[in-house]
Amino acid sequence: MKKYISFFGLRLNMGLQYRVAAAAGIVTQFVWGFMECFVFRAFYETNPAAFPMEFKAMVSYIWLQQAFLAFFATWMMDNDIFDSILSGNIAYELCRPVSIYNMWFAKNAATRISRALLRCMPILIVAFILPEPFKMTLPKNILTFIVFMFTLALGLGVTIAFCMLVYIISFFTVSPQGVRIFFTSLVEFFCGAIVPIPFLPKPLKSIVELLPFAGMQNVPLRIYGGDIYGEELTRAVLLQTVWFVLLVLIGRGLCKIAEKKIVVQGG
Amino acid sequence: MKRGISLYFHYISVIIRSTMQYKMSFLLSIIGQFLISFNVFLGIYFMFIRFNEVKGYTYSEVLLCFSIMLMEFSLAECFARGFDGFSSIVRNGEFDRIMVRPRSPILQVLGSRFELSRIGRMLQAVVMFVYGITASGITWTLSRVITVVFMLIGGTMLFTGIFMIYAALCFFTLEGLEFMNVFTDGAREYGKYPFDVYGKNILRLCTFVVPYTLVQYYPLQYLLGRTESPYYIIYPLGTVFFLAVCYGVWRYGLRHYKSNGS
Repeated sequence: MKKYISFFGLRLNMGLQYRVAAAAGIVTQFVWGFMECFVFRAFYETNPAAFPMEFKAMVSYIWLQQAFLAFFATWMMDNDIFDSILSGNIAYELCRPVSIYNMWFAKNAATRISRALLRCMPILIVAFILPEPFKMTLPKNILTFIVFMFTLALGLGVTIAFCMLVYIISFFTVSPQGVRIFFTSLVEFFCGAIVPIPFLPKPLKSIVELLPFAGMQNVPLRIYGGDIYGEELTRAVLLQTVWFVLLVLIGRGLCKIAEKKIVVQGG
Repeated sequence: MKRGISLYFHYISVIIRSTMQYKMSFLLSIIGQFLISFNVFLGIYFMFIRFNEVKGYTYSEVLLCFSIMLMEFSLAECFARGFDGFSSIVRNGEFDRIMVRPRSPILQVLGSRFELSRIGRMLQAVVMFVYGITASGITWTLSRVITVVFMLIGGTMLFTGIFMIYAALCFFTLEGLEFMNVFTDGAREYGKYPFDVYGKNILRLCTFVVPYTLVQYYPLQYLLGRTESPYYIIYPLGTVFFLAVCYGVWRYGLRHYKSNGS
């Protein structure tokens, strides 16, 4: 366990060095956030009755989405891992007395957390002092906030566990490009990054909510705004936990198979 | 000029042959690119199932807007995305080699990169374009057809200009600036809705800072029959001035280029 924590620490420290890159990213995310707010305002003003959640909750959803982009963006994958598989450097990693799965998981968690740490604060602070319709609001009570934090962490876990599957699949396909772009574009839609899940039509919505992708950003961000509560909340958190465990188990299993059959590339 | 163009196509054919060495990856990337822009369409589709209209625009009108904008972007991307990799060309000193060759630097930069996977987006753009045009329910008079053609030409010039500025800035910063994505990918993404949907301020920004509305909002008003003024037909061609400014910035950067790398 200790070695994975130190992998985590090293990566975290490394990630925190890229401050200028983070500043540039923040600018982009503000533009994105504002444009999203404007789009949803336009729809809200056109027909408030058809809007499936409170507008305030929607605004919080958008700003949290931008602030914690690094947590949930499946397209932000670790290129080093793909490179090491492609170039054959993976052989060195395999020689080490560590589990590949745990090591990559720790590194990924560190990269995502460091990116989010650098970016979330400025975005959230500004979002809280914006003028009225676009102002982010506090959650209803402290309990909601605690549950939000818990599911945020769990959501990060689900996202990483899913990305791990893509890394491991690229053991089999060698060139990661295709697999990666294919899976990420699929997830983009099902996790609610394109259109938040409540906006989908009823039958589709109830199916999508059962998929693991709903446990990424959908659950924590909607809990924050008070869109998921009561019985639905318990169910959502339970489902999220189950998917997290399942994805990790599948990932570990696949990793074992991959390690046995591995062909080291390069020379 | 003629030799320049044949050289450009030679560059492209070299890149195509090298990409085709990884056939499976090539195929999946095309599918992926297709899906990514398909997601944007799904976004519009599901929003309109719920809302039917936004700020007075119906589904088919927004679809027309989205498909034309996507087509404009894809055309520009097809020719001018080579500027995207320009930061690394400057940084590793490759640009010195380009400078000493007796051909236009722009031509060589454009020929340096040609991503075939963009065919996925182009394919998507063509499908959407055909769908958008047929589903729009517009009676296609000659003047409207000309408007669409002008929009495509104007939009291609506009996005080419933005790609060029992006590259020109690399002369000074040596690094690609991430926030420039707002003007390319961001504009493509949010250009799916007519810019007045976002409110007055955005409409102004998109007219006077970067003239997106010239190839989107204004000619669209003419296409949808909301104005009869014939000026709206030629508005898209106004982007030629924008392209000229961008070219000026590029020339300025080129003159101030200091060699870099080893």
